[in-house]
Amino acid sequence: MIVAPTKLVCRSVWKLFGSGAEGYLSAHAEPSDDDLKQAGLVGAVRNVGLNVHEGEIFVIMGLSGSGKSTLVRCMSRLIEPTAGEILFNGENLLKANAKRMIEIRRHQMGMVFQHFALLPHLTALGNVAFPLEIQGIDRARREARAAEMIELVGLAGREAFFPRELSGGQQQRVGIARSLAVEPELWFLDEPFSALDPLIRREMQDEFVRLQSVLKKTIVFITHDIDEAIRLADRIAIMKDGAVVQIGTPEEIVMAPANDYVAEFTRNVVKAKVIRVASVMTELPGRPPNGGPDGRWGGDIAAAATIAETAPLFSDTVDTLRVLDDDGAPVGALRRADVVDVMMRS
Amino acid sequence: MSAPAAAPLDAASRTRIRAGWGAMHALWVTALIIFALLWLLAEPIAGWAFEYPKAAQIPLQRWIGNAMRWLTEDASFGLFTFTDLTRFIAAIIDVPYRIALGALSTGLLSGQGSDAVQLLPPLSWVALIAIVGLMGLYAGGWRLAALVAACFGFIVLFGQWTNAMVTLASILIAVPLGVVGGLLIGIAGYRWRWLEKAIIPILDLMQTIPVFAYLVPILILFSFGPTAAVIATIIYALPPMTRVTMLALKGVASEVLDLGHMVGCTRRQMTWRVMVPSAMPGLMVGVNQVIMLSLNMVIIASMIGAGGLGFEVLAALRRLDIGTGIEAGLAIVALAIALDRLSQAFAARGLAPKHAEAELTSLLARYPYVAAALGIVIVSGIAGLAIGAVQTYPATLELSTGSASEELMYWINVTFFDQIEAFKNALLLNILIPFKRFLLGLPWLGMVGLLALAGWTLGGARLAALVGVLAFLIAATGQWEKAMVTVYLCGISVVVAGALGFLIGIVTADRERLWKVVRVIIDTLQTLPSFVYLMPAVMLFRVGDFTAMIAVVAYAIAPAIRYTVHGLREVDPHLIEAGTALGSTKRQILTKIRIKLALPEIMLGINQTIMLALSMLVITALVGTRDLGQEVYIALTKADVGRGLVAGLSVAFIAIISDRLISAGAARVRARLGLQR
Repeated sequence: MIVAPTKLVCRSVWKLFGSGAEGYLSAHAEPSDDDLKQAGLVGAVRNVGLNVHEGEIFVIMGLSGSGKSTLVRCMSRLIEPTAGEILFNGENLLKANAKRMIEIRRHQMGMVFQHFALLPHLTALGNVAFPLEIQGIDRARREARAAEMIELVGLAGREAFFPRELSGGQQQRVGIARSLAVEPELWFLDEPFSALDPLIRREMQDEFVRLQSVLKKTIVFITHDIDEAIRLADRIAIMKDGAVVQIGTPEEIVMAPANDYVAEFTRNVVKAKVIRVASVMTELPGRPPNGGPDGRWGGDIAAAATIAETAPLFSDTVDTLRVLDDDGAPVGALRRADVVDVMMRS
Repeated sequence: MSAPAAAPLDAASRTRIRAGWGAMHALWVTALIIFALLWLLAEPIAGWAFEYPKAAQIPLQRWIGNAMRWLTEDASFGLFTFTDLTRFIAAIIDVPYRIALGALSTGLLSGQGSDAVQLLPPLSWVALIAIVGLMGLYAGGWRLAALVAACFGFIVLFGQWTNAMVTLASILIAVPLGVVGGLLIGIAGYRWRWLEKAIIPILDLMQTIPVFAYLVPILILFSFGPTAAVIATIIYALPPMTRVTMLALKGVASEVLDLGHMVGCTRRQMTWRVMVPSAMPGLMVGVNQVIMLSLNMVIIASMIGAGGLGFEVLAALRRLDIGTGIEAGLAIVALAIALDRLSQAFAARGLAPKHAEAELTSLLARYPYVAAALGIVIVSGIAGLAIGAVQTYPATLELSTGSASEELMYWINVTFFDQIEAFKNALLLNILIPFKRFLLGLPWLGMVGLLALAGWTLGGARLAALVGVLAFLIAATGQWEKAMVTVYLCGISVVVAGALGFLIGIVTADRERLWKVVRVIIDTLQTLPSFVYLMPAVMLFRVGDFTAMIAVVAYAIAPAIRYTVHGLREVDPHLIEAGTALGSTKRQILTKIRIKLALPEIMLGINQTIMLALSMLVITALVGTRDLGQEVYIALTKADVGRGLVAGLSVAFIAIISDRLISAGAARVRARLGLQR
C-alpha cells in the first residue's frame, strides 16, 4: 500500500498553562505530570507527535479535558503552543508571521465548530460567504460560490434564512458549507456533531462520509465519541491528560489496545463492525472448497469489508467466501467459523 | 464543645470556625470599647481626632482651582490653546445640534438672531407624531405605535411641545455621541487590558460622583449653553455604555473568536465584522441605558443652559409652581417611555431578523415605512402652510391640570396643616435631630478606624485599605462635618426606604396580581425625573431636612422593593417544598428559609437604594439641606470648580465605601449559603 504524502506534522508539541511556562519547559526537557503540578503548571498538551497524511480522516479522540480541543487549536495556531513544531506542507507554522498566518488560514484551512459559531446577523448565505467577504472578494462572486456550497450540503432554498430560523443540524450544515467555501486543503472539525441529537448526529455523519467521498480532503476530526471515531476514521489518535496514548487504524485500536485505558474505551465497541475481512481470512486454497452448492464459492467479498457486513452472506449451505482485494484479484478465503468467532467476541 | 461531634474532623473544624468567630468578636468588642473611650473621653486631650486640624488639611480645593485656571488661561498645545480645543469641540457639536433643533423646533433659518428668516418650517406636530407612530408600527406593531403616539400626544395636549422638541433635539445629539464614544472606549478597554484596568476605577468614580460636581468645570470650559449641556449629558451617559461594551465583548463565545481567526480576519475585521455584531444584544442594552440616562440628565443639564423641558421643571420648582412643574416633568416621562420602548423594540427587531424581508428587492417594497414617513412629512408640510393648526397645535385646545393640582395641595395644606406639622416635628425632634447630633459628635479618627476594620472583616486587607483611605481623605479635605450630615440624611432615608421596601416586598412577593400593580408603580417611579419628587414634598412640608428625607425615600424605595421580591421569589422551590414536607407553617417558611436565602439579594437592593439616595440627596440641596450636596450646589452657583469637585468626590467616596462594604458582605453571605451567582 502506498502511503500518501504527509500534510501536517506535529513534533513534540507542548502547551502548558500557567505563569513562566516557556522558561520552565526550556529548563526541564520532558517534565512528568508530577513535575508540572509542582511547578504550578497545567499540561494541556504534552509532547504530542503525529503525522496527518493527505486525503485521510484523522480522528483525535479523548474525553473532555484530555487536551484534544487545545491540540487542534495548536495545529491552527489559534492557541500558541509552548514548544514544538507544527509543519504544514513542510512549513513550520510557529515560525510564520501574523501576515503569513492570515494568508494560510484564509486559503488553506477551514474549521467547523462544536456550537456552529454562526454570526447571528448574517443569513445562511451571508455566513457561508463570510470567509470570502473577509478576503475582499466581490459580492457577486462570493455569493455564487456560497450558493454552490449551500447546495452541496443540501440546504438549497434556505439561503435567506437567519441562523436562529434553522434547526441545529441545518445550522451545522451552514457551518460545514462555510468552512468549505475557501476550498481548504486542511479541514478541522472540532466535535462538529456533539451538540446535535443522536438521530441528527447519525444523519450528519452519513452526510459527512458522502461529502468526503466527493471532496477527499485532509481532515482532522475531534470527537469524544468512540463509535463516531471508529465509523469515520482512517486513523485514530487517542488522547489522555494531554498526551497521545495510541495512534492506529480503528482495527488496530480495537484489536490491540495499547493499554487498559484504551481497552476500556473500546470494550463496548462491536468488534464485528471494526474488524475487516483481511484480518480474519485464511490462505486461498488451490481449488474451491465445498463452500457452496455444486462445489463452487459461496460468494465474493472485499478484503476491506467489515465482518459484520459478511454475516448475511453465509447460510446453511454457504460456509466459505472468496476474498477479493481492491483490484478484484482473489487473495484469500473467509470461513464461517472464523466469522462466528469474531461475532461472539464482546 | 457542647454539641457532640459526629466525627473527629468535624469537631476540629467546628472548633476552628468557633475560634475564628470568637477572635473576630473579641476584636470588634475591643475596637468598639476603644472607640467609645475615644468618643467620650478624648475630646479635651485630643481635639484633632474630632475636628481634623486645618493646618494638616490637603488643599485639594486650591489645587483643582489652580489646575483649572492653568487649563483655561495658560495650557497650550503649541499651535492652539486648551481653550481653543474646548471651543472647537463645542463648535463641532453645535453643528448637528443646530440641524436637529432646526428640524424639530425652529425650522431652517437664514441669518442670525432675531433677524433670522425662516426658510423652511420645522416638522409639525402632526408629522412627528405620525413618524414616531410609524416607527412604533414598524418595530413593535400596533400596540407600540399607539403607545408612542399617545406619549407624544400627551406632550402636545399639555402644551409642552415646543419645550419637548428642544429637549428631544439635544437627546438626539447626545445619544449617538454617547453610544459611539462609549463603544469606542469599551472596545479599546477590551483590546488593551491595562487600559481596562485604568478605566474601571474612573467609571466607578464617574457613576458615583454627583453630576453637579462636574457641571462646574464643563461650564467653565464650554461656557453656558445647549452645547455644554449636551457635553455634560454625554459624560453622564457614557460610563454605562463603556461598561456594557466591555462586558458584551467579553461575552462573545470563544468559538466565534476562533472562527474570526480561522477565516483570517485582520484586527479591524475581527472587531467590526465579528465581535461587535456578535455582541449586539448586550450592546443594545447599553444603548437603552444611554437613552434613559440622557433623559435623566434633562433637568440637571438645564442648569447649564439646555433649555427645554428641564428648564421648565427647574423654573417651576423655583417658583413652587407645582402644576407646571409636574406637567413638564410628566412630559419628560412621556418622552422617556416613548424612546425607551421604541429603542427596545428596534433592538429586539434588529436582533431577530426574519428571512422574508431579505428577499424583497424593490426599493419601495423594502422600505415602505420610510416612504410613508416621507410622504407624511411632505403632505403635512404643505398642509401646514395652509392651515396653521397642522403646523402648530392651537393653544386653545391645550389642557392644563395646573390649577387643579395646586388647589388639591392648597386644600391638603389648609385641612391637614396641624396633623402634618405635628407628624413632621415629632419625627424631627425625636429621631432626625438626635441622630444628626450623634453622628456629628463622633470622632473622625475612630470612624475611619471602624470602617477600615469593617473592610478587613468583610473583604481582607485590600478592602480595609481602600475604605480607610477614602474615609480619611474625606476628613483630610475638610469635608467631614458635611459628610456626616450627608450620611445622616442618607442613612435615615435608607432605613425608612429599606424597611418600607422590605415590608412591601414581603407582602407582594407571593401575590402575583398585587406585584404586577406594584411593579408598574415602581417602574414609573424610576422613570420620573428626580426633581419631580421634590415638588409635592416641598408643598406639603416646606423646606428642610424632613422634606429632603421624604423626597429621597420616594425616589430610592424602588430597588428595595424590587430586590426583596426577586430574592424571595428566586429561592429554590425544592427548599420550600422540603420545608413544607417537614411541616413548617407558612410563616416559618418565610422567616426561616426564604428571608435567609434571599438575604444577599436584599442586601444588593439596599445597596442600590443607598446609591439612589445619595444621588437624590444632592438634588435636595435645592430645598435647603446643609450637607455635601449643598456644598456642590453652592459651588455650581459660584462656578467654583475646586469646591464643587472636592465635595463631589466626597459624595463619591461615601458611595464607594458603602457599595464595597455591602457588596463584600453580600458575597460573604452568599458564600456561606453556598449560593452561586
